[in-house]
Amino acid sequence: MAIAPVVNRRDFLKTGAAGSVALVVGFHLSPAAFADQAQDQEKKPPNPFDAWVRITPDNRVTLILGKSEMGQGIMTALPMILAEELCLDWKQVRVQQAPTNPKIYDLGTGGSGSVAGSWLPLRRAGAAAREMLVAAAAKKWEVSPDTCKAQNGQVVHGHPQRYLSYGELVEAASKLPIPNLNTVALKNSDDFTVVGHDTRRFEGRDKATGAAKFGIDSRVPGMLFAVVARCPVFGGKLASFDATKAKAVPGVRDVVPFETSGRGASTTGGVAVLADNSWAAIQGRNALEVKWDEGTAAKESTAELQKQFLANAAKPGKVVRNEGAADSVLASSPKKIEAVYELPFAPHACMEPMNCTVQIRSDGAEAWIPTQAPQWAQGVIAETAKLPPEKVIVHTTLMGGGFGRRYQADFVMEAAQVASKSAGKPVMVLWTREDDMQHGFYRPASYHKLQGALDANGNLAAWKHFQTSTSIAAKWSQKGAEDSGLGEFGTGATVPYTTPNLRIEYMLAESSVPRAWWRSVEHSSSGFVVESFIDELAAAAGQDPLAFRLKLIGGDRKIPQFGGEKEPPLDTARLKGVLQLAADKAGWGKPLPKGQGRGIATFYSFNSYTAAVAETSVKDGSVKVHRLVYAVDCGRPINPEGIRAQVESAAIYGLSAALHDAITIKEGRVEQSNFNDYQMPRMSETPLTEVHVVMSKEEPTGIGEPGLPVVAPAMCNAIFAATGKRIRRLPIRSEDLA
Amino acid sequence: MAISFTLNGKSQSVDVSPDMPLLWVLRDTLNMTGTKFGCGMALCGACTVHINGEATRSCITAISSVAGKKVTTIEGLSADGSHPVQQAWMEEDVPQCGYCQSGQIMSAVALLSKKPNPTDTDIDDAMSGNICRCGTYQRIRKAIHRAASMQAGKA
Repeated sequence: MAIAPVVNRRDFLKTGAAGSVALVVGFHLSPAAFADQAQDQEKKPPNPFDAWVRITPDNRVTLILGKSEMGQGIMTALPMILAEELCLDWKQVRVQQAPTNPKIYDLGTGGSGSVAGSWLPLRRAGAAAREMLVAAAAKKWEVSPDTCKAQNGQVVHGHPQRYLSYGELVEAASKLPIPNLNTVALKNSDDFTVVGHDTRRFEGRDKATGAAKFGIDSRVPGMLFAVVARCPVFGGKLASFDATKAKAVPGVRDVVPFETSGRGASTTGGVAVLADNSWAAIQGRNALEVKWDEGTAAKESTAELQKQFLANAAKPGKVVRNEGAADSVLASSPKKIEAVYELPFAPHACMEPMNCTVQIRSDGAEAWIPTQAPQWAQGVIAETAKLPPEKVIVHTTLMGGGFGRRYQADFVMEAAQVASKSAGKPVMVLWTREDDMQHGFYRPASYHKLQGALDANGNLAAWKHFQTSTSIAAKWSQKGAEDSGLGEFGTGATVPYTTPNLRIEYMLAESSVPRAWWRSVEHSSSGFVVESFIDELAAAAGQDPLAFRLKLIGGDRKIPQFGGEKEPPLDTARLKGVLQLAADKAGWGKPLPKGQGRGIATFYSFNSYTAAVAETSVKDGSVKVHRLVYAVDCGRPINPEGIRAQVESAAIYGLSAALHDAITIKEGRVEQSNFNDYQMPRMSETPLTEVHVVMSKEEPTGIGEPGLPVVAPAMCNAIFAATGKRIRRLPIRSEDLA
Repeated sequence: MAISFTLNGKSQSVDVSPDMPLLWVLRDTLNMTGTKFGCGMALCGACTVHINGEATRSCITAISSVAGKKVTTIEGLSADGSHPVQQAWMEEDVPQCGYCQSGQIMSAVALLSKKPNPTDTDIDDAMSGNICRCGTYQRIRKAIHRAASMQAGKA
């Protein structure tokens, strides 16, 4: 199930009676795998009227959302699937967040897997509920269910038509036997009235009026606000502190040291300043006098890491994949191309800083958390409070961005610790922007050496990709666990460009900087590296970048994902389809204004196909992206408008990584602190972005992340087309453009 | 000492430290959470409100400086989301995570009050202080143009 053998994106933690118990599952779950897993856990399927749909006698329908909304539109897409099978008018639908009940829900939200993993289970649940409502109506009318039909929230029958609303039927329906979910009749996709239709996001109004409640907006009677002083050096510990001045700040109520440790912890803890309001807590922390034991990481720096990278790159790496004899072909090739690519640590920089509100009483706990992993959060709080998990109520709130950062439980663990020392008062631990920037989990820094050989016909005779990085696997593995390195390549190891000689090597670089899943994870670097280098090879072969790619992808076939054989294979027809569609829509080959260049890139990630064409120019040492044209194939689109929005978003996230994103380390600490020394793209940098969605009938796949990996290579390939300069390290530096 | 000002058309009095920023008075003292904390240094625009009609970063605005002035927050734009800018935001399906959007909307309303028919450059200039990590800029631009048309239609 898992692509990486040790660490997975969706390593959500199931909570057991004794506290949190880890259950590691793959981060690309196919619908089939999801169904198997669901059946493993649930011997008896839940009643859909308990799990997924609530209907009141006045016919108000509430659909239950078993995933977290962080902007990706899941609060719209998943209820759309239920509404479709339930034959509801979308306008009558309300949505409510599911409670943490691991017997019914897998609430972990990540890996661009929510729609793919929920598609079939939700269709089945919706269809079962529909069948039960129809059966209830048929029983009441004493007719055959086959003669009744569900439509627009009611069951209809006969001529002249008579009807019963779902509200009138729900009580009887919910007591009927639950149909076999594996055989329940699903709607014919030709009859879809909701799925596949552009739908505005469910909570859009609340987000335009300020009514939407994010985690940071949680307000509980009697609550305190806390801000934490943490050691600026990764892994450092509290040595001593003096709270006298902090306690003198008006509004400060208490100052408490605390420790965090074990799975999920990131810092070792710190000193929390609890106050009546956030401002007083921040002022209190500023006044706090703390001495830290900085530990061994204090000597780490970006410069030192670069030395490690260079030293590693001079040695052979661990073989991740080897077919043919790439080394000897490269050694004897008359046309050998070599390039080094580098990417820095990158922060998530969610607009809503981390926060978590917890109240711990002797008989139970309650928490309000903007989290991608509510079940993990529940387990962490239960462990801290020494309560059984079922005594911990977690309210999953809206998130002001997630991007993988909120899959972590570090901020939950901190809040639980602080709340356990607040005499039963609810406490929000609020992170300032600086806390968020300097105590995150970063996209790994990586260094890649690519080598390619071209034969006399301009075909790819050999491909070699060496990578050294501060891996995610190494951060999360048990000590001594073997890491193949494959997880740092992702589908970058499934090279779609045909070659008889392929070699992929990896070497770990040591670092104390926490790493984790950043939007599109390893594909953010793999996409840049693979798609930049194939462009370099095209140029060396003297061929058009699009034609070269299409030629090397070759005929229609299915390529198994390397190391992910249980995942759907890469379908070359679909990959070529998005390449050609993006090229056609962008006017590939047509003239551009003077000074502009066009670049193309494609990538397969999260079982989705993406291609982008960028139009770029360079002026006075800075890059301007004028236009981005995307084609995406993520299987059957549930909400095409939501897909376009996600790709537009990934485009800017990727643009940010290409133009600005870099976290640098000095003396074991992050050098950036806020949006003055860490730049984000602004309105004026936004290219005109077009997204063309393939109206596929294949199984739906992910779209929150797949738009990202192609942005930087498309941009940089366009810079090459415009200027002849190859950009091989991100973010783009003015000296590399000169 | 109590500080008095007009908040969304109603008189408001708060008894807080005079150097406490308006942002925290709104959020923590008055529980009006529509205005967001993003950076605390006037770098991201999430906390944008109007003070006497001017778009202002509430995170660095001491409450003492607001005494006697008129403050409008996202909650005060309309009672029911009917403000043309809010309507345009919904029509264009602008928000994603939505966290920055209160500030974006307040900046956009201030822009349109000065320039009812802004150019793209006007929009770039007026909105450059508002960061959106979800990258909804293209839709924000479209929504501002749409709101401008809606307001022109009404006039």
